[in-house]
Amino acid sequence: MVVRERFEQELNEVQEQFIEIANSSINALKIAFEALLNQDLETSLKILEDDLIINRLEEEINDRVILMIAKQQPVATDLRRLMVLVKASADMERVGDYAVNIAKETIRIGKDPLVFPTTNLQTMCTKTVEMLESIIKAFTDEDTVSAKEIAELDDYVDDLYGATITLLLRAGAENPSHISQITHLTFVCRYLERSADHATNIAEHLFYLVKGKHYELNN
Amino acid sequence: MVLGIKEENSIVKSIHMATKPSTDVAKKVVYDTRNLNLWYGDHHGLKDINLSIYENEVTAIIGPSGCGKSTYLKTLNRMVELVPSVRTSGEIVYRERNILDKSYTVEELRTRVGMVFQKPNPFPKSIYDNIAYGPRIHGIKNKKILDEIVEKSLRGAAIWDEVKDRLNQNAYGLSGGQQQRICIARCLAIEPDVILMDEPTSALDPISTLKVEELVQELKKDYSIIIVTHNMQQAARISDRTAFFLSGEVVEYDKTDVIFQTPADQRTEDYISGRFG
Repeated sequence: MVVRERFEQELNEVQEQFIEIANSSINALKIAFEALLNQDLETSLKILEDDLIINRLEEEINDRVILMIAKQQPVATDLRRLMVLVKASADMERVGDYAVNIAKETIRIGKDPLVFPTTNLQTMCTKTVEMLESIIKAFTDEDTVSAKEIAELDDYVDDLYGATITLLLRAGAENPSHISQITHLTFVCRYLERSADHATNIAEHLFYLVKGKHYELNN
Repeated sequence: MVLGIKEENSIVKSIHMATKPSTDVAKKVVYDTRNLNLWYGDHHGLKDINLSIYENEVTAIIGPSGCGKSTYLKTLNRMVELVPSVRTSGEIVYRERNILDKSYTVEELRTRVGMVFQKPNPFPKSIYDNIAYGPRIHGIKNKKILDEIVEKSLRGAAIWDEVKDRLNQNAYGLSGGQQQRICIARCLAIEPDVILMDEPTSALDPISTLKVEELVQELKKDYSIIIVTHNMQQAARISDRTAFFLSGEVVEYDKTDVIFQTPADQRTEDYISGRFG
């Protein structure tokens, strides 16, 4: 069999870039959240700066895929793979944006002592990062069974989000003087929940890649 | 279409079912090939071919060189019989009659089935005489009727406006793309039911290719077209159904959208993706 060596090589390079953007974004999310807990403003500012690299990486992936489609005219699985890489890269770039948003909330909170227990948020962050890391592995391995299991974890994050928001609103009502910080933490809670949704999106992209049909994995 | 994960198993089943030709009850079958086998001497060129070609559709036949796609096309108008060592078994039912039956004359068949070849092959005659050739053979002498046929055929082949002022000039003076459309017009002049096209654009430049492709889309309203092509994108662009031939067998036959998006057979996927052939 004659393998399309040039195409395969370029495809591998784009896949490597996807892994790079995924790792960078997940890392940014982890660091941004740690910086929130430690109220580390310097690291938070660094997250903002580093996001430019993530954005540029996504643009590079898009440009390369467009060029590959124009030059190589892929069909069937090859074409789906490229489309899915573009979409999954956009998902991961968005996770990078949520890291930036969390960093901005940290900067807004500043050095005021945290007035709300962060246990739930920590659990949400741990679970979200776990989902994202696992889905990137499942995506690379084209493992739809694991992808489906990972997408199902989103329910847990959603439940935790609902419960945490309720607690935050209650805390705000009980202590109106804390409302500013509570609002910032509410946003953080939202950003974590949205980041987990992108793991589900990537799981759906994987199903489209492998099966050639659209699936809704988590309603 | 958005599907729940529960439907996955039924989806996977439906994908695998696509290995069998889709039947379309609303469409009339023009050619029904049943268990066709063909040998060139000892060489088994076509193996147990079963294909239904539908009316007013473009059916593309793709596959690597030597896979039997041109041989199959030439069985549809029995041109393959020009090779002395050829023998066949099975049936090709065209409009409810088996064309491989001895009682079916080649002349009768070829008034219904026209053919366009890889290289434009106009006769060394005027544009007018190229088109009028077939009708004249069929006994039409009346100049007015011939004029009408020539104009209608040239219009049908989307070349009337380019040649209407020089109908008496030699067809050899036209460009390759124009010559090919003259050949298509010559084919239309006998008012066929089916048009067979054997790589009709492989010798043409990109603009001429596009013109012929657009013409094929127009012609399918009135004719059924079967096209052999090495150009994957062309098959994807212009055909309704695609058959993938490999080593004399039909590996997969389905709607073109299915073949180029989610082919059922790995060999089809590998071929259309350029991994062999």
